[in-house]
Formats: sequence, structure tokens, C-alpha cells
Amino acid sequence: MKLSTPKSQTKREFGELQKIMATAVMRPLTRGDKMQIKWIDGRPTKIVVKNFIKPNDRLTSFERLEIYNRQYWFRVRDCFYSDYPGLRAILGDKKFERLTDEYLTQNPSRSFTLRNLGSRLVKFLEANPKLIAPHSQLALDMARLEWAHIEAFDNEAVTPLQPDAILDSNPAKIQLQLQPHLTLLCLKNELDDFLIEVKKNSGLRNEASNAMEQNQRHKKISLSRRLKQREIFLAVHRHDDSVYYKRLERGQFLVLTALQRGVTLEKACAQLVKLKSPGDLGDIIKKWFSNWAALGWFCGIKQ
Amino acid sequence: MPANAFNGFTDYGIGIGLRVPHYDHILTKKPTVDWFEIISENFMVDGGRPLKILDQILEQYRVVQHGVSMYFGSSGKLNREHLKKLKRLVKRTNTPWLSDHLCWGSVDGTYTHDLLPMPYTFAAAKVTAQKIREARDFLEVPICVENVSSYAEFHVSEMAEWEFLNEVVERADCGILLDVNNIYVSSQNHNFNPLDYVNGVPVQRIAQIHIAGHSKYERFILDTHDHPVIDPVWKLYERAIQRAGKTATLLEWDDRIPAFDEVHGEALKANKFLQRVENETVHA
Repeated sequence: MKLSTPKSQTKREFGELQKIMATAVMRPLTRGDKMQIKWIDGRPTKIVVKNFIKPNDRLTSFERLEIYNRQYWFRVRDCFYSDYPGLRAILGDKKFERLTDEYLTQNPSRSFTLRNLGSRLVKFLEANPKLIAPHSQLALDMARLEWAHIEAFDNEAVTPLQPDAILDSNPAKIQLQLQPHLTLLCLKNELDDFLIEVKKNSGLRNEASNAMEQNQRHKKISLSRRLKQREIFLAVHRHDDSVYYKRLERGQFLVLTALQRGVTLEKACAQLVKLKSPGDLGDIIKKWFSNWAALGWFCGIKQ
Repeated sequence: MPANAFNGFTDYGIGIGLRVPHYDHILTKKPTVDWFEIISENFMVDGGRPLKILDQILEQYRVVQHGVSMYFGSSGKLNREHLKKLKRLVKRTNTPWLSDHLCWGSVDGTYTHDLLPMPYTFAAAKVTAQKIREARDFLEVPICVENVSSYAEFHVSEMAEWEFLNEVVERADCGILLDVNNIYVSSQNHNFNPLDYVNGVPVQRIAQIHIAGHSKYERFILDTHDHPVIDPVWKLYERAIQRAGKTATLLEWDDRIPAFDEVHGEALKANKFLQRVENETVHA
């Protein structure tokens, strides 16, 4: 009897194979960190997997693919653990892990770098406050602060304007651009000191060549009781390649956020009339701008 | 003198991966190291400390770029933004060659951040080789592809892994970063003789060799890069350089990273084998 030659894979089939495998690899794990036994359409996963993965003498097709499924989740969880130690300290490990799995299931990475894994977290938390209840505001503020930290760490630093660059300009017409690494935040709690304390206890993430990371669980850091409830305004920025959290006055925050929105210098400063006595205003503004310019926060000017 | 067309850097010697825990030691003690391999993605940023550190390293050391997310083997198109950022980094480092993995890991713009194994088919080889060519033309630097360690095989495969590697590099006309630890790991997971693999790759295309440690479990081996290199892997390394001649060699140690001197010392064990091969060449 003549055996028929096996049919070669087509380009379309090659793409379809990757889609089904990627679906399997990124599906959430069970509570015991195993691959789900039911496929998305209700069939047993082992039947689906058996169609494209070979078993060997020690592992079934299911078990072989499960290695990748677990590896995927251990890797992205570990990255989140490292990037959001403050949020983890507020929520505790179990709740944080549930949040991580939920967020990453709905928002898988769309970037070549793990650095951007949390780029949609704040929006996700705003839309899903139940996941962070009863500390919703605290957790949301922390997510904002930790994302601002990531942005400050390696966003671009444009050549700053010289302090006298705006001297001869008309304040009614100019708009000042702020550094891409600078984020302005209004927080309901004194989270800056809290996060600094938490970070002392957290490690660094490795993004390594071909290595599979082990499932790293971290001890819960019970610092949330020490948090002071007070509204604060922060500038999260980079100076000399270090990230800083600089406390701002309400007036400073209003001026800077207005400038960041593209408001003219005159309009941005006009907001201060309600907050400061007119007699001091000129000196205050001069001092603030001089300080911000010294930190290199202004990097562009539009006339 | 270059050993072959893809290995013009036989004098590169033995390098190690540049890792965060060693930054202070390297910048303050300035140890003698032949070269460092960087993970490209860690430096494809717009500013800050990573680039400052890199510039300080570049002032004193030779640096070669190694990527983890180009995904030549993904069926979709190359990410142009990724390529543009990579090219900026290539210009900064002047890397003499650039490597990434013979694997896939993204589908329709969603990234798994893993090095997933290829189906060893002609269709996959054709798509992959085309993307390697496109990347090389855009980046204007020689490209080498690295064999990955794997834990699964596909029914649809039409050839052995090393035959697939050959098919891709011949079609793409690119070099090979031969990872002998990955060969060992896969050989144990898939029941093949690792020497068949080492003997089966086109020696004239081997531009670099990776060595590393791994973790052995009851029913499979994981490529964890958190241990010293084991003897069977050194034997594969020896065989590889017997075939390829002196080749730029790099030790990867990425998890539970020990002190710099321990990592460097482990890498320098390769000297014994390189010396032996050199002596054999002289006597021949």
C-alpha cells in the first residue's frame, strides 16, 4: 500500500497555529496555578492541545503546553510585582494577584517591552473600583504615582530652556512646554513617603535573554496603617538620572498643570489671584519659575 | 583572521551579559572583560539612567546587542516602531552584529514576552527568513539568530530543529548565535542527541556561542540561567568550537545572579576549551 505524503503546512495554517497557541499560553491559570482543563468553547483543553502539541515519554501534550502557560503568567506577574510594590502593599498579595490577573487578562501587553505593562492600569482601576475596594482612592492614587515613577525613570529629557529664554516674551502669548518625564499629581494621601518606604523592601526586575523566571511571591508589607490622610500635590520628575517626588503648593500645581494643558503663561498665573495676595504675587511667581527653570522643567516655548 | 564570513570577530574572546546588580562593580572597579552583551530592550528607552550607564560602559568596553522581542518567527509583520528604536540603539552602541531568537512570541500586536518554539516547517522558515532579511536591511547590521530552548514540539513539524535552523539561515543569509545550553535543554526535553545538533549546523555561519546553566526537574529541564554551566554543556561547547574555531563566547546568568567575579570566573572557564582548540589548530 502506498502511503500518502503528509500535507505541508501553509502560511495561513502557520498563522492559525500561533493564534491558538498564544490563546492557550495567555489564558488565566486556575487557582492552583495550573492550565485550565476546559477550553474556551467548553471542550476539554487536552483534546484541543493534543491536536497540535506532541506528547513525549514523560509529559502529555497538555503538560507540555502548561509549562508555557505558567511561564507566561509567572513572568508578567513578576513584572507587575516589581513595578507596583506600593499598590501591592496597600492591597496585600492575594488581592493584588487577583487584580494583576484580571488586568492582564483584559489588557495583555501591546508593547515589545514589559516596561509598558501597566500603561492602562489607571484607566482599568477607574472602570473597576470593586477590585480595589475598600481602599479604592488610595489604590488608584498609588497606581498613578507608580506609573508616574516609571515614566519619570526613562522618558525623554529634552534640552531645557535657558532661564532667561522667556524674559523678553509676551506672557499673554507664550505657552511653555514641560519635560516629558514630568508628571503632576494631586493625591488624597501622603503616598510619596509611603512609597519610598515600600521600595526599600522591594527588588529589581530582570528582563533576561532566554531565562524562565520562577514564581516569585513577596511578603505582604503592612505599612498602610502608617499612611497620613492629607491632600498633597506632587511633581514626579527626573533630575541627574534619579527620580524625585517633589511636593508642590496648590498654587504651583495649578500653574504647572495649566501650562501642561497648553494654557498661556498669563492665564496659567492668573489662577493665583484667588490664592495669593496681589502684593506678593510677582515675587512668588518669579521665585517659583526660577526654581522650576533650575530643575530644567521647561523644555520648549510656543509664541 | 576571520574564521568565516559571519565570524569576523574571532578575537572577541569571552564576554558576559551586562546585568543591573553588577553595574556598580563594573563602573567603579573597571574589571578587564573582553566584551559585554546587553539586552537591547532594556536600553530602547528615551532617556534616564539606563542610557547613562550604557554610555559609561561604552566608553570602556565593547558591547554587543542581543534582543528578546523581535520575534522573527511570528507570522505577522515586523513592528516598525520597534525597529526604529532598535536602530537608534545600534547607532549608539556600534554593535558589530546583532542577535535575537529563532522563535515567535507575538500575535496581532499582542506580546507574550516569551520565546515560543517554532513549528519546523518550510512555510515557517520562509516567513521567518524574509523578516530577518527585512530587519537586516533596515538596521544595516549583520544579524544572527539564536536557537531557543523548548518544552513542546508540534505535530506539524516537517524536519528536525537544526534542519529548520539551517533552512532559515540559508534563506536569510544570516549568522547563527549557537546556544549550546539551549541545545542541551531541548535535547533532554525532546529525546535527541545534542551532538547531532552541534554537528548538524552550518559551521561557517556560527558567529557567537552562548553558554549558561539551567534547572533540572523530574520530568523536564527549564532554561533558568541561574546555575553554573554543567559538564555536558561544556562538552557541546568544545565540539562547537572544534568545528567553528575560535568564536565570540558569552555566558548568560540572569537569575539569582552572584557577584561579578563569580560570573566572570565561570565564563572564563571557556578559555580552557578555546586554548585546546587553538593548540589543535597549530599542531594541525
